[in-house]
Amino acid sequence: MDAIAKLGRYGIDWLARLGQAGLMLFGAIFTITSVKQLWPLVIKQLYHIGVLSLLIITVSGLFIGMVLGLQGYTILVDFGTEDSLGPMVALSLLRELGPVVTALLFAGRAGSAVAAEIGLMKTTEQLASMEMMAVDPLKRVVAPRFWAGMISMPLLTFIFCAVGIWGGHLVGVVWKGIDAGAFWSILNASVEWQQDIVNCVIKSVVFALVVMWIALFKGYSAFPTAEGVSKATTETVVHSSLAVLALDFLLTAWMFGS
Amino acid sequence: MNSRKIELLVGGFILAGLIAFAVLVIKVADIDPTQQAQQYQLTAYFDNIGGLKVRAPIKVGGVVVGRVAKVELDVTELVPKVTMSIDSRFNQFTDTSSVSILTSGLLGEQYIGLTPGFILDEENYLADGDVVEDTRSAVVLEELIGQFLYSSDEGE
Repeated sequence: MDAIAKLGRYGIDWLARLGQAGLMLFGAIFTITSVKQLWPLVIKQLYHIGVLSLLIITVSGLFIGMVLGLQGYTILVDFGTEDSLGPMVALSLLRELGPVVTALLFAGRAGSAVAAEIGLMKTTEQLASMEMMAVDPLKRVVAPRFWAGMISMPLLTFIFCAVGIWGGHLVGVVWKGIDAGAFWSILNASVEWQQDIVNCVIKSVVFALVVMWIALFKGYSAFPTAEGVSKATTETVVHSSLAVLALDFLLTAWMFGS
Repeated sequence: MNSRKIELLVGGFILAGLIAFAVLVIKVADIDPTQQAQQYQLTAYFDNIGGLKVRAPIKVGGVVVGRVAKVELDVTELVPKVTMSIDSRFNQFTDTSSVSILTSGLLGEQYIGLTPGFILDEENYLADGDVVEDTRSAVVLEELIGQFLYSSDEGE
Protein backbone atom coordinates (compact mmCIF):
# COMPACT_ATOMS: atom_id res chain seq x y z
CA MET A 1 0.00 0.00 0.00
CA ASP A 2 2.84 2.32 0.91
CA ALA A 3 4.44 1.81 -2.47
CA ILE A 4 1.24 2.78 -4.29
CA ALA A 5 0.84 5.88 -2.13
CA LYS A 6 4.46 6.79 -2.85
CA LEU A 7 3.86 6.39 -6.56
CA GLY A 8 0.82 8.61 -6.29
CA ARG A 9 2.80 11.25 -4.43
CA TYR A 10 5.54 11.17 -7.09
CA GLY A 11 2.90 11.52 -9.76
CA ILE A 12 1.27 14.50 -8.06
CA ASP A 13 4.65 16.14 -7.44
CA TRP A 14 5.64 15.64 -11.04
CA LEU A 15 2.40 17.12 -12.34
CA ALA A 16 2.73 20.05 -9.96
CA ARG A 17 6.26 20.77 -11.22
CA LEU A 18 5.10 20.49 -14.82
CA GLY A 19 2.35 22.97 -14.02
CA GLN A 20 4.84 25.35 -12.40
CA ALA A 21 7.15 25.07 -15.39
CA GLY A 22 4.25 25.71 -17.75
CA LEU A 23 3.15 28.76 -15.77
CA MET A 24 6.71 30.10 -15.77
CA LEU A 25 7.03 29.73 -19.54
CA PHE A 26 3.56 31.17 -20.11
CA GLY A 27 4.38 34.12 -17.87
CA ALA A 28 7.66 34.72 -19.69
CA ILE A 29 6.29 34.54 -23.22
CA PHE A 30 2.79 35.94 -23.07
CA THR A 31 3.27 38.86 -20.72
CA ILE A 32 5.69 40.55 -23.10
CA THR A 33 4.27 43.99 -23.79
CA SER A 34 6.94 45.57 -25.96
CA VAL A 35 9.46 43.98 -28.27
CA LYS A 36 11.42 47.23 -28.16
CA GLN A 37 12.22 46.77 -24.48
CA LEU A 38 12.95 43.08 -24.83
CA TRP A 39 15.19 43.21 -27.89
CA PRO A 40 18.34 44.78 -26.31
CA LEU A 41 18.20 42.11 -23.60
CA VAL A 42 17.78 39.40 -26.23
CA ILE A 43 20.84 40.68 -28.13
CA LYS A 44 22.95 40.41 -24.98
CA GLN A 45 21.72 36.86 -24.41
CA LEU A 46 22.24 35.98 -28.08
CA TYR A 47 25.89 36.76 -27.49
CA HIS A 48 26.13 34.59 -24.36
CA ILE A 49 23.99 31.73 -25.69
CA GLY A 50 24.60 31.79 -29.43
CA VAL A 51 27.94 33.40 -30.27
CA LEU A 52 29.85 31.69 -27.47
CA SER A 53 28.46 28.28 -28.57
CA LEU A 54 29.72 28.80 -32.13
CA LEU A 55 33.18 27.33 -31.54
CA ILE A 56 32.04 23.99 -30.14
CA ILE A 57 29.26 23.69 -32.75
CA THR A 58 31.55 24.43 -35.71
CA VAL A 59 34.37 22.18 -34.56
CA SER A 60 32.01 19.29 -33.70
CA GLY A 61 30.18 19.72 -36.99
CA LEU A 62 33.41 19.60 -38.95
CA PHE A 63 34.73 16.49 -37.20
CA ILE A 64 31.41 14.63 -37.24
CA GLY A 65 31.12 15.33 -40.95
CA MET A 66 34.68 14.15 -41.55
CA VAL A 67 34.17 10.96 -39.53
CA LEU A 68 30.94 10.22 -41.41
CA GLY A 69 32.81 10.76 -44.67
CA LEU A 70 35.66 8.47 -43.66
CA GLN A 71 33.53 5.64 -42.26
CA GLY A 72 31.03 5.93 -45.07
CA TYR A 73 33.81 5.74 -47.64
CA THR A 74 35.43 2.61 -46.16
CA ILE A 75 32.05 0.82 -46.15
CA LEU A 76 30.69 2.05 -49.48
CA VAL A 77 33.93 1.44 -51.41
CA ASP A 78 33.49 -2.32 -50.82
CA PHE A 79 30.32 -2.18 -52.91
CA GLY A 80 31.73 0.22 -55.46
CA THR A 81 29.10 2.77 -54.50
CA GLU A 82 31.36 5.39 -52.94
CA ASP A 83 29.62 8.06 -55.04
CA SER A 84 26.66 7.70 -52.67
CA LEU A 85 28.80 9.14 -49.88
CA GLY A 86 27.27 12.59 -50.49
CA PRO A 87 23.67 11.65 -49.70
CA MET A 88 24.81 9.48 -46.79
CA VAL A 89 26.65 12.36 -45.12
CA ALA A 90 24.04 14.99 -45.98
CA LEU A 91 21.00 12.96 -45.01
CA SER A 92 22.41 11.67 -41.72
CA LEU A 93 23.40 15.23 -40.79
CA LEU A 94 20.16 16.91 -41.85
CA ARG A 95 17.77 14.27 -40.57
CA GLU A 96 19.34 13.20 -37.29
CA LEU A 97 22.81 14.28 -36.27
CA GLY A 98 22.47 18.00 -37.02
CA PRO A 99 19.47 18.76 -34.79
CA VAL A 100 20.27 16.13 -32.13
CA VAL A 101 24.00 16.72 -31.61
CA THR A 102 23.50 20.49 -31.76
CA ALA A 103 20.79 20.20 -29.09
CA LEU A 104 22.99 18.00 -26.88
CA LEU A 105 25.97 20.34 -27.19
CA PHE A 106 23.70 23.33 -26.71
CA ALA A 107 22.28 21.81 -23.53
CA GLY A 108 25.80 21.25 -22.25
CA ARG A 109 27.22 24.61 -23.29
CA ALA A 110 24.34 27.10 -23.06
CA GLY A 111 21.60 25.33 -21.07
CA SER A 112 23.83 24.59 -18.10
CA ALA A 113 25.18 28.17 -18.12
CA VAL A 114 21.65 29.60 -18.13
CA ALA A 115 20.54 27.33 -15.29
CA ALA A 116 23.64 28.17 -13.22
CA GLU A 117 23.26 31.89 -13.85
CA ILE A 118 19.58 32.04 -12.87
CA GLY A 119 20.18 29.69 -9.95
CA LEU A 120 22.92 31.98 -8.68
CA MET A 121 20.65 35.01 -9.15
CA LYS A 122 18.13 33.24 -6.98
CA THR A 123 20.73 32.28 -4.35
CA THR A 124 21.99 35.85 -4.08
CA GLU A 125 18.36 37.02 -3.92
CA GLN A 126 18.64 39.11 -7.05
CA LEU A 127 15.33 37.78 -8.32
CA ALA A 128 13.65 38.73 -5.05
CA SER A 129 15.22 42.20 -5.21
CA MET A 130 13.86 42.68 -8.72
CA GLU A 131 10.40 41.88 -7.49
CA MET A 132 10.88 44.39 -4.68
CA MET A 133 11.64 47.02 -7.29
CA ALA A 134 8.53 46.02 -9.26
CA VAL A 135 10.59 44.46 -12.08
CA ASP A 136 9.11 41.18 -13.23
CA PRO A 137 12.01 38.66 -13.30
CA LEU A 138 10.05 36.59 -15.80
CA LYS A 139 10.16 39.46 -18.27
CA ARG A 140 13.60 40.71 -17.35
CA VAL A 141 15.53 37.43 -16.88
CA VAL A 142 13.59 34.47 -18.28
CA ALA A 143 12.03 35.84 -21.47
CA PRO A 144 15.23 37.24 -23.09
CA ARG A 145 17.07 33.99 -22.49
CA PHE A 146 14.19 31.97 -23.85
CA TRP A 147 13.96 33.96 -27.08
CA ALA A 148 17.74 34.04 -27.49
CA GLY A 149 17.76 30.23 -27.25
CA MET A 150 14.88 29.88 -29.69
CA ILE A 151 16.71 32.05 -32.23
CA SER A 152 20.21 30.61 -31.73
CA MET A 153 19.47 26.89 -31.84
CA PRO A 154 18.10 26.68 -35.40
CA LEU A 155 20.91 28.95 -36.62
CA LEU A 156 23.50 26.78 -34.86
CA THR A 157 21.89 23.69 -36.40
CA PHE A 158 22.20 25.14 -39.91
CA ILE A 159 25.84 26.02 -39.28
CA PHE A 160 26.48 22.52 -37.89
CA CYS A 161 24.91 20.82 -40.94
CA ALA A 162 26.62 23.08 -43.47
CA VAL A 163 30.04 22.66 -41.85
CA GLY A 164 29.47 18.90 -41.47
CA ILE A 165 28.61 18.44 -45.14
CA TRP A 166 31.68 20.47 -46.04
CA GLY A 167 33.73 18.15 -43.77
CA GLY A 168 32.30 15.11 -45.53
CA HIS A 169 33.17 16.70 -48.85
CA LEU A 170 36.68 17.38 -47.58
CA VAL A 171 37.31 13.72 -46.73
CA GLY A 172 35.39 12.18 -49.62
CA VAL A 173 36.36 14.41 -52.51
CA VAL A 174 39.63 16.05 -51.51
CA TRP A 175 41.22 13.22 -49.56
CA LYS A 176 39.72 10.02 -50.97
CA GLY A 177 39.23 11.30 -54.51
CA ILE A 178 35.54 10.78 -55.18
CA ASP A 179 34.45 12.71 -58.24
CA ALA A 180 33.20 16.11 -57.06
CA GLY A 181 30.48 16.32 -59.71
CA ALA A 182 29.03 12.93 -58.78
CA PHE A 183 29.24 13.77 -55.07
CA TRP A 184 27.18 16.95 -55.42
CA SER A 185 24.73 15.78 -58.08
CA ILE A 186 23.71 12.60 -56.21
CA LEU A 187 23.56 14.65 -53.00
CA ASN A 188 21.29 17.21 -54.67
CA ALA A 189 19.05 14.51 -56.06
CA SER A 190 18.50 12.85 -52.68
CA VAL A 191 18.03 15.85 -50.38
CA GLU A 192 14.49 17.13 -50.47
CA TRP A 193 13.06 20.40 -49.28
CA GLN A 194 10.06 19.12 -47.33
CA GLN A 195 11.36 15.83 -46.02
CA ASP A 196 14.86 16.86 -45.04
CA ILE A 197 15.29 20.63 -44.69
CA VAL A 198 11.87 21.52 -43.28
CA ASN A 199 11.95 18.58 -40.88
CA CYS A 200 15.45 19.61 -39.77
CA VAL A 201 14.09 23.08 -38.96
CA ILE A 202 11.08 21.65 -37.10
CA LYS A 203 13.30 19.37 -35.04
CA SER A 204 15.72 22.13 -34.09
CA VAL A 205 12.88 24.46 -33.03
CA VAL A 206 11.28 21.75 -30.88
CA PHE A 207 14.64 20.88 -29.29
CA ALA A 208 15.36 24.57 -28.65
CA LEU A 209 12.04 24.92 -26.85
CA VAL A 210 12.64 21.85 -24.71
CA VAL A 211 16.26 22.64 -23.81
CA MET A 212 15.58 26.29 -22.96
CA TRP A 213 12.43 25.42 -21.02
CA ILE A 214 14.21 22.82 -18.89
CA ALA A 215 17.26 25.05 -18.32
CA LEU A 216 15.17 28.08 -17.34
CA PHE A 217 12.88 26.12 -15.06
CA LYS A 218 15.71 24.25 -13.35
CA GLY A 219 17.54 27.53 -12.71
CA TYR A 220 14.41 29.36 -11.63
CA SER A 221 13.32 26.63 -9.23
CA ALA A 222 16.83 25.84 -7.91
CA PHE A 223 17.21 25.43 -4.18
CA PRO A 224 19.06 28.62 -3.15
CA THR A 225 22.32 27.05 -1.96
CA ALA A 226 25.59 26.23 -3.69
CA GLU A 227 24.50 22.59 -3.74
CA GLY A 228 21.10 23.51 -5.15
CA VAL A 229 22.64 25.46 -8.01
CA SER A 230 25.07 22.66 -8.89
CA LYS A 231 22.18 20.19 -8.80
CA ALA A 232 20.10 22.40 -11.06
CA THR A 233 22.98 22.64 -13.53
CA THR A 234 23.53 18.89 -13.61
CA GLU A 235 19.82 18.16 -13.90
CA THR A 236 19.51 20.58 -16.79
CA VAL A 237 22.08 18.69 -18.84
CA VAL A 238 20.74 15.24 -17.90
CA HIS A 239 17.05 16.00 -18.34
CA SER A 240 17.37 18.00 -21.51
CA SER A 241 19.64 15.38 -23.12
CA LEU A 242 17.15 12.63 -22.28
CA ALA A 243 14.22 14.75 -23.46
CA VAL A 244 16.00 15.56 -26.74
CA LEU A 245 16.79 11.90 -27.45
CA ALA A 246 13.27 10.72 -26.61
CA LEU A 247 11.62 13.52 -28.60
CA ASP A 248 13.94 12.80 -31.52
CA PHE A 249 12.61 9.26 -31.71
CA LEU A 250 9.00 10.49 -31.59
CA LEU A 251 9.61 13.17 -34.22
CA THR A 252 11.49 10.74 -36.48
CA ALA A 253 8.67 8.19 -36.17
CA TRP A 254 6.17 10.91 -37.05
CA MET A 255 8.20 12.34 -39.96
CA PHE A 256 9.70 9.24 -41.54
CA GLY A 257 7.63 6.44 -39.99
CA SER A 258 4.91 5.99 -42.60
CA MET B 1 33.05 44.18 -23.50
CA ASN B 2 31.16 47.15 -24.92
CA SER B 3 27.72 46.73 -26.38
CA ARG B 4 28.80 47.79 -29.87
CA LYS B 5 31.13 44.81 -30.13
CA ILE B 6 28.45 42.47 -28.78
CA GLU B 7 25.95 43.76 -31.32
CA LEU B 8 28.48 43.25 -34.12
CA LEU B 9 29.24 39.70 -33.04
CA VAL B 10 25.52 38.85 -32.69
CA GLY B 11 24.85 40.33 -36.12
CA GLY B 12 27.68 38.26 -37.55
CA PHE B 13 26.32 35.14 -35.85
CA ILE B 14 22.79 35.63 -37.23
CA LEU B 15 24.23 36.34 -40.66
CA ALA B 16 26.40 33.18 -40.50
CA GLY B 17 23.34 31.11 -39.53
CA LEU B 18 21.27 32.50 -42.37
CA ILE B 19 24.10 31.98 -44.85
CA ALA B 20 24.41 28.37 -43.66
CA PHE B 21 20.67 27.94 -44.22
CA ALA B 22 20.95 29.44 -47.70
CA VAL B 23 23.83 27.07 -48.47
CA LEU B 24 21.73 24.10 -47.31
CA VAL B 25 18.76 25.18 -49.42
CA ILE B 26 20.56 26.20 -52.61
CA LYS B 27 23.71 24.09 -52.71
CA VAL B 28 22.56 20.94 -50.88
CA ALA B 29 18.86 20.62 -51.68
CA ASP B 30 19.31 22.37 -55.03
CA ILE B 31 16.04 24.26 -54.79
CA ASP B 32 15.27 27.39 -56.73
CA PRO B 33 13.16 29.37 -54.25
CA THR B 34 11.86 31.68 -56.98
CA GLN B 35 10.11 28.80 -58.66
CA GLN B 36 7.24 27.63 -56.48
CA ALA B 37 6.07 24.47 -58.17
CA GLN B 38 2.39 24.23 -59.05
CA GLN B 39 1.26 20.67 -59.53
CA TYR B 40 -1.65 18.81 -61.01
CA GLN B 41 -2.77 15.27 -60.26
CA LEU B 42 -3.29 12.31 -62.56
CA THR B 43 -4.38 8.83 -61.62
CA ALA B 44 -3.62 5.50 -63.23
CA TYR B 45 -4.75 1.93 -62.57
CA PHE B 46 -2.20 -0.85 -62.79
CA ASP B 47 -2.48 -4.65 -62.57
CA ASN B 48 0.62 -4.85 -60.43
CA ILE B 49 2.72 -2.03 -59.07
CA GLY B 50 5.59 -4.20 -57.79
CA GLY B 51 7.56 -2.23 -55.22
CA LEU B 52 6.45 1.27 -56.22
CA LYS B 53 6.58 3.65 -53.27
CA VAL B 54 5.06 7.02 -52.51
CA ARG B 55 7.43 9.85 -53.59
CA ALA B 56 8.93 7.70 -56.37
CA PRO B 57 9.86 9.88 -59.35
CA ILE B 58 7.86 10.15 -62.57
CA LYS B 59 10.19 10.45 -65.52
CA VAL B 60 9.83 11.37 -69.16
CA GLY B 61 12.87 10.05 -70.97
CA GLY B 62 14.86 10.12 -67.74
CA VAL B 63 13.87 13.67 -66.70
CA VAL B 64 11.88 13.92 -63.47
CA VAL B 65 8.56 15.72 -64.04
CA GLY B 66 6.72 14.76 -60.86
CA ARG B 67 6.32 12.33 -58.01
CA VAL B 68 3.97 9.60 -56.89
CA ALA B 69 1.55 11.20 -54.41
CA LYS B 70 -0.50 8.23 -53.29
CA VAL B 71 -0.60 4.46 -53.74
CA GLU B 72 -3.82 2.72 -52.73
CA LEU B 73 -6.09 -0.19 -53.65
CA ASP B 74 -9.25 0.79 -55.49
CA VAL B 75 -12.02 -0.71 -53.36
CA THR B 76 -14.49 -1.44 -56.18
CA GLU B 77 -12.15 -2.70 -58.91
CA LEU B 78 -9.61 -4.23 -56.49
CA VAL B 79 -6.67 -3.02 -58.55
CA PRO B 80 -3.86 -0.71 -57.41
CA LYS B 81 -4.56 2.96 -58.01
CA VAL B 82 -1.63 5.35 -58.25
CA THR B 83 -2.03 9.12 -57.90
CA MET B 84 0.73 11.15 -59.54
CA SER B 85 1.58 14.80 -58.89
CA ILE B 86 3.08 16.36 -61.99
CA ASP B 87 4.69 19.76 -62.28
CA SER B 88 2.39 22.26 -63.99
CA ARG B 89 5.19 23.30 -66.32
CA PHE B 90 4.70 19.93 -68.02
CA ASN B 91 1.02 20.07 -68.97
CA GLN B 92 1.33 19.17 -72.64
CA PHE B 93 0.69 15.43 -72.32
CA THR B 94 -2.16 14.19 -74.49
CA ASP B 95 -4.65 11.58 -73.32
CA THR B 96 -2.98 8.98 -75.53
CA SER B 97 0.08 9.11 -73.23
CA SER B 98 1.02 5.91 -71.44
CA VAL B 99 2.63 5.16 -68.10
CA SER B 100 4.70 2.13 -67.15
CA ILE B 101 6.45 1.08 -63.98
CA LEU B 102 10.17 0.70 -64.59
CA THR B 103 13.19 -0.15 -62.48
CA SER B 104 16.36 1.90 -62.47
CA GLY B 105 19.24 -0.53 -62.80
CA LEU B 106 18.89 -4.23 -62.03
CA LEU B 107 17.87 -3.88 -58.40
CA GLY B 108 17.35 -0.13 -58.16
CA GLU B 109 14.28 1.81 -57.06
CA GLN B 110 11.12 1.68 -59.10
CA TYR B 111 9.78 4.72 -60.89
CA ILE B 112 7.03 5.60 -63.33
CA GLY B 113 8.03 6.19 -66.92
CA LEU B 114 5.62 8.49 -68.75
CA THR B 115 5.60 8.24 -72.54
CA PRO B 116 3.94 11.24 -74.20
CA GLY B 117 1.35 10.41 -76.84
CA PHE B 118 1.11 11.89 -80.32
CA ILE B 119 0.02 15.48 -80.49
CA LEU B 120 -2.89 15.84 -82.90
CA ASP B 121 -5.27 18.74 -83.12
CA GLU B 122 -8.30 16.88 -81.85
CA GLU B 123 -6.46 15.27 -78.94
CA ASN B 124 -7.18 16.49 -75.43
CA TYR B 125 -4.46 17.33 -72.99
CA LEU B 126 -4.44 15.56 -69.64
CA ALA B 127 -5.62 17.91 -66.90
CA ASP B 128 -5.99 17.74 -63.13
CA GLY B 129 -7.91 14.66 -62.02
CA ASP B 130 -7.73 12.78 -65.34
CA VAL B 131 -7.06 9.06 -65.58
CA VAL B 132 -4.24 7.73 -67.75
CA GLU B 133 -5.79 4.78 -69.59
CA ASP B 134 -2.73 3.12 -71.10
CA THR B 135 -0.72 1.52 -68.32
CA ARG B 136 1.90 -1.17 -68.15
CA SER B 137 2.59 -3.01 -64.92
CA ALA B 138 5.85 -3.54 -63.13
CA VAL B 139 7.98 -6.47 -64.14
CA VAL B 140 8.16 -8.69 -61.08
CA LEU B 141 11.36 -10.71 -61.07
CA GLU B 142 9.71 -13.75 -59.46
CA GLU B 143 7.00 -13.88 -62.15
CA LEU B 144 9.61 -13.55 -64.85
CA ILE B 145 11.62 -16.47 -63.45
CA GLY B 146 8.37 -18.46 -63.08
CA GLN B 147 7.47 -17.84 -66.72
CA PHE B 148 10.95 -18.77 -67.84
CA LEU B 149 10.84 -22.07 -65.92
CA TYR B 150 7.34 -22.83 -67.26
CA SER B 151 8.28 -22.12 -70.88
CA SER B 152 11.51 -24.12 -70.68
CA ASP B 153 9.44 -27.03 -69.30
CA GLU B 154 7.15 -26.96 -72.32
CA GLY B 155 10.07 -26.82 -74.72
CA GLU B 156 11.31 -30.25 -73.68
